[in-house]
Amino acid sequence: MPTVSMKVNGVDVSGDVEARTLLVQFLRETLDMTGTHVGCDTSQCGACCVLMNGDSVKSCSVLAVQAEGAEITTIEGLANGDELHPMQDAFRQNHGLQCGFCTPGMVISAIDLVSKNPKPTEKEVREWLEGNLCRCTGYHNIVKAIQAGAQAMGG
Amino acid sequence: MYDFEYHRAASLDDAAGKLKSADDGTLVAGGMTLIPTLKLRLASPSDLIDISGLAELSGIKAEGDAVVVGAATIHAAVAASSDVRAKIPALADLAELIGDAQVRNRGTLGGSIANNDPTADYPAALLALGATIRTDHREIAADDYFEGLFETALDAGEIITQVAFPVPEKASYQKFPNPASRYALVGVFVAKGPSGVRVAVTGAGLDGVFRVTEMETALAENFSPDAIKDVSVSADGLNADIHAGADYRAHLIGVLARRAVADCT
Ligand SMILES: Cc1cc2nc3c(=O)[nH]c(=O)nc-3n(C[C@H](O)[C@H](O)[C@H](O)COP(=O)(O)OP(=O)(O)OC[C@H]3O[C@@H](n4cnc5c(N)ncnc54)[C@H](O)[C@@H]3O)c2cc1C
Ligand code: FES
Ligand code: FES
Repeated sequence: MPTVSMKVNGVDVSGDVEARTLLVQFLRETLDMTGTHVGCDTSQCGACCVLMNGDSVKSCSVLAVQAEGAEITTIEGLANGDELHPMQDAFRQNHGLQCGFCTPGMVISAIDLVSKNPKPTEKEVREWLEGNLCRCTGYHNIVKAIQAGAQAMGG
Repeated sequence: MYDFEYHRAASLDDAAGKLKSADDGTLVAGGMTLIPTLKLRLASPSDLIDISGLAELSGIKAEGDAVVVGAATIHAAVAASSDVRAKIPALADLAELIGDAQVRNRGTLGGSIANNDPTADYPAALLALGATIRTDHREIAADDYFEGLFETALDAGEIITQVAFPVPEKASYQKFPNPASRYALVGVFVAKGPSGVRVAVTGAGLDGVFRVTEMETALAENFSPDAIKDVSVSADGLNADIHAGADYRAHLIGVLARRAVADCT
């Protein structure tokens, strides 16, 4: 069985996995980090988004072995102790979630957007969220949250 | 997903060697097509040879009158490239319209054209711009490359290394995305360049990407939306599914082609 090593939220981790193990399975099942969700079978919902070397990817469509040596950031890695990441806090303040299932992916995707485009317009946020589906909110407050989060992050 | 042996290629030669020695090996680049396919158990390769991130296959450079894009270059890099933006803005626009941000962060040009999905975007750009596909063995003109649904001129074990896109005088890509998948319901790439005026259509054809020569002739004479307003595209040979009938797709080809001509820069 291949051994895979990577840095997850700043911590070096490794594990023996089958080659077919998805990155999201490695996170959830091997590392017991269940913050990253799986919402579909078709690579379309974005609930599984994590940052891989700074860019958001769908961890359900990347093999764990492909992340060998990579730096991964999951939703668990954002807060600083009890202090939420500004984007997490913006989701909370703006009611950017209802059931919360899509939220980890939304927050990660939003952080990737802001890293590339510090002051996204509403249209740019909506376009960027193409790969993140929410079945509850109707997106309105998610878009608001992301713009507020971008501002709080210094944009 | 069935299990397989995974190998990360150290170089192009290494990838070719591993592909040859595997029982039933497959390349993986971005995995945005292959991994969903494996998850559905629609394929069961013995070995996966990973070429993503191979320096030899990545990157974008201007080369004479062409922009050359490495096969393992991700869509996001093409969309963000200042060379592509400056020389072939329509190509950067196209890359930016593929799927979603996360797909663009992994999916590659080589993977897209090796797969030749009839609703993929890049095939339209390659055909309209008269691009050349470079492999580890030879060069193939786009006109000879796309051979039908998921079929290409690639031989077994052949690896795409680069695509050379001649810089056009002007070009535009107009896409009517499927509202659910974001693949092209119909996409039309119009280019006026070294190989004349070309109109290439993706998403609509039962056999994949194709050119509309009647429009090309009319536009060669008079490059304006008006010149093609009376050219009707036949619904024969066009795809019909729950998203759109063949006649609707035929209509969209006309509309998008006129928009593309009007938008050409
Ligand atoms: C949710 C979603 C939405 C999408 N939307 C769109 C869209 O709107 N438009 C669009 O065009 N595409 C879309 N795609 C597909 C996406 O563009 C893929 O990235 C692309 O089709 C395949 O590239 P890849 O690098 O991921 O290839 P992989 O999945 O790694 O490989 C695909 C195939 O190509 C072969 N291959 C890869 N590289 C090479 C090479 N260099 N030489 C020879 N063979 C090679 C592999 O062996 C495999 O058979 C979407 C995908 C998803 C998951
Ligand atoms: S779980 Fe739906 S895109 Fe990954
Ligand atoms: S809050 Fe329920 S899916 Fe988005």
